[in-house]
Amino acid sequence: MFEYAPAPESRSVVDIAPSYGLFIDGSFEQALEGGVFKTVNPASEEVLAEIAAAGQEDVDRAVAAARRAFGPWSALPGSERAKYLFRIARIIQERSRELAVLESLDNGKPIKESRDVDLPLVAAHFFYYAGWADKLAYAGFGPDPRPLGVAGQVIPWNFPLLMLAWKIAPALATGNTVVLKPAETTPLSALFFADVCRQAELPAGVVNIVTGAGDTGAYLVSHPDVNKVAFTGSTEVGREIARAVAGTGKRLTLELGGKAANIVFDDAPIDQAVEGIVNGIFFNQGHVCCAGSRLLVQESIAEELLASLKRRMATLRVGDPLDKNTDIGAINSAAQLARITELSEIGAGEGAERWSPACELPDRGFWFAPTIFTGVTQAHRIAREEIFGPVLSVLTFRTPAEAIEKANNTPYGLSAGIWSEKGSRILSIADKLRAGVVWANTFNKFDPTSPFGGYKESGYGREGGRHGLEAYLA
Amino acid sequence: MTVTAATGLSDLRSFLHGLPGVDKVGVEARAAALGTRSVKTSSKAKAIDLAIRMVDLTTLEGADTPGKVRALCAKGRRPDPADPSCPPVAAICVYPAMVPVASAALAGSGVHLASVATAFPSGQAPLEVKLADTRSAVEAGADEIDMVISRGAFLAGDYRKVFDEIVAVKEACGDAHLKVILETGELATYDNVRRASWLAMLAGADFIKTSTGKVAVNATLPITLVMLEAVRDFRERHGRQVGVKPAGGIKNTKDAIKYLVMINETVGDDWLHPDWFRFGASSLLNDLLMQRTKLTTGHYAGPDYFTLD
Repeated sequence: MFEYAPAPESRSVVDIAPSYGLFIDGSFEQALEGGVFKTVNPASEEVLAEIAAAGQEDVDRAVAAARRAFGPWSALPGSERAKYLFRIARIIQERSRELAVLESLDNGKPIKESRDVDLPLVAAHFFYYAGWADKLAYAGFGPDPRPLGVAGQVIPWNFPLLMLAWKIAPALATGNTVVLKPAETTPLSALFFADVCRQAELPAGVVNIVTGAGDTGAYLVSHPDVNKVAFTGSTEVGREIARAVAGTGKRLTLELGGKAANIVFDDAPIDQAVEGIVNGIFFNQGHVCCAGSRLLVQESIAEELLASLKRRMATLRVGDPLDKNTDIGAINSAAQLARITELSEIGAGEGAERWSPACELPDRGFWFAPTIFTGVTQAHRIAREEIFGPVLSVLTFRTPAEAIEKANNTPYGLSAGIWSEKGSRILSIADKLRAGVVWANTFNKFDPTSPFGGYKESGYGREGGRHGLEAYLA
Repeated sequence: MTVTAATGLSDLRSFLHGLPGVDKVGVEARAAALGTRSVKTSSKAKAIDLAIRMVDLTTLEGADTPGKVRALCAKGRRPDPADPSCPPVAAICVYPAMVPVASAALAGSGVHLASVATAFPSGQAPLEVKLADTRSAVEAGADEIDMVISRGAFLAGDYRKVFDEIVAVKEACGDAHLKVILETGELATYDNVRRASWLAMLAGADFIKTSTGKVAVNATLPITLVMLEAVRDFRERHGRQVGVKPAGGIKNTKDAIKYLVMINETVGDDWLHPDWFRFGASSLLNDLLMQRTKLTTGHYAGPDYFTLD
């Protein structure tokens, strides 16, 4: 191998202030009780900024601002709302390099992903829903669909800005106003988005950003003046939210965990399947709800496929997220690293065979080498529980029927992958998989036009596409 | 698979069609992703020198004259007259008629002499003619032969004919190395590229080469990726290493480095050497020299600082 010299993206393209307040009613404000927390760069543990922690009264203020803004905003013709969304999309594109660097600093994901995946998709979501704003009568939800009111939105740390786009773009297009709480470990891109809203001259109160930890989120989703709750995160928290919302009349969509089966048949395009497996589990360090974390490979080709997979994994470059050649960045937090480490130890303890390529991990920050477990069975915890890290569990199957049975034998049902050169097989298997998204001969492909969401404990409701409008319309 | 005289066409077809398929979307996405690697500073310098050493500096024109070929040989021996540390190219590649001139011009330089043969570029000639073409080039001093397969026979499904022709040409080569041009632009699918690669390797190719440079679609990254996967898998199964040569349309340093990155991350070190990878190119060399000068001096020299041969 010839080694690539360091190719760092410049940090100077982003200017991070020492501290940030809450974005309420169009301006940045301190939290009333003065609570603050720090956000760190997980690749170095360096503190990036001090962030205001919103208390109950701050959430009240934000919801009140969104309520005041709702009347005028929902009364605007769709074509006028579209103008704001198009403007936001354009500003995001213009500032995409800055936002990509920011996202990599705060989240730990490689710059090549924030640059080539996250940011283009963020802009695409705003463009896409801008296009719907004046066509809602034709979306299939009745001749005159109405917005719900104030949406309380809580998003995770794995794709901070993209999850914000998934939430805010359809809400605004349909005439709702929002209060959004970004994840505690990745608040920065949402706060920069607040600045994008000001640049776009979005009316005050239409978008409010309240930062904080779990309690801030709990205040928001249980707030009596919130009409709609949208949450992306863990199934555990999703259950709490469902309980809090039950009986209140609030509309609710949940995008929760997953344990996707990536199914490789003996007639698969092997080289591309290996790429798909790698992309399925190591993309974004495996911090992906729809990650292909369970590889189901036909027993007749298991040995050959695993040899190819290991050879490919040996070329993965783990390290500085801002280096343009980095494939795998940092784990987002010490807590997440502890969870990945714990489950991996459990996997080894259960007798699965653990393998990682030789790779040097940086001294500071939170890191985990790309790992596969072979000899895993359905009875292993690492085949059942979501690890949410760069850890793949490999199982084998003998027949298509067995592949379907194993793939569906999980409380989750968010996504799945099928690898086969036989079109008829792809279609018949896809029909039988209980997963919201099924990819064929590819994995982790996203597009704003395509609805995304789960079965069973992966949640309910759909985001993206025409379907994504429904959650925000009465 | 080992092909013998007794191996029937249907067995050969079963084997080639039994190779894992290539997903077009996937292979193109992978090639594009490898193309985004950032190769700068010291690794760029290393890559440029390696790329220069991998160039098969080529002229294949009806208008080629002894003078033109001699000029090209001089360029290949010493690409940058201003900088003695600049390495020579791997080979000079000419038509058979020009081999005697090139052979004299390259004597003692260590630069290889490749000749296209077998009724290049169409391959549409009787086998005896192709073999005579090959023998005369070797006798005149070529130590590498770039042959073309019969795409007509391949597309008609007559794999045995294609195979037998390669075997016969290989024999006619004697000690000369045989590069087999698949003319991938005419094979139409990545599956065919993979099959033709295996067919050529089974028949004894020392190198597999993408293109003649004479059709609409020449070397591309995804096509070369499929060929690299083929030589990798072939060595794993048969223990014999085969080289790869993309040719046609590779015009600048940026493109060349993308190929080196692809070797690096697909087959690794063993192919990162002029014995196992070549660029069939003419204008690429001057761009490599220009970038090389930029790296050593810090500024771009004008085009007239580089020789036009």
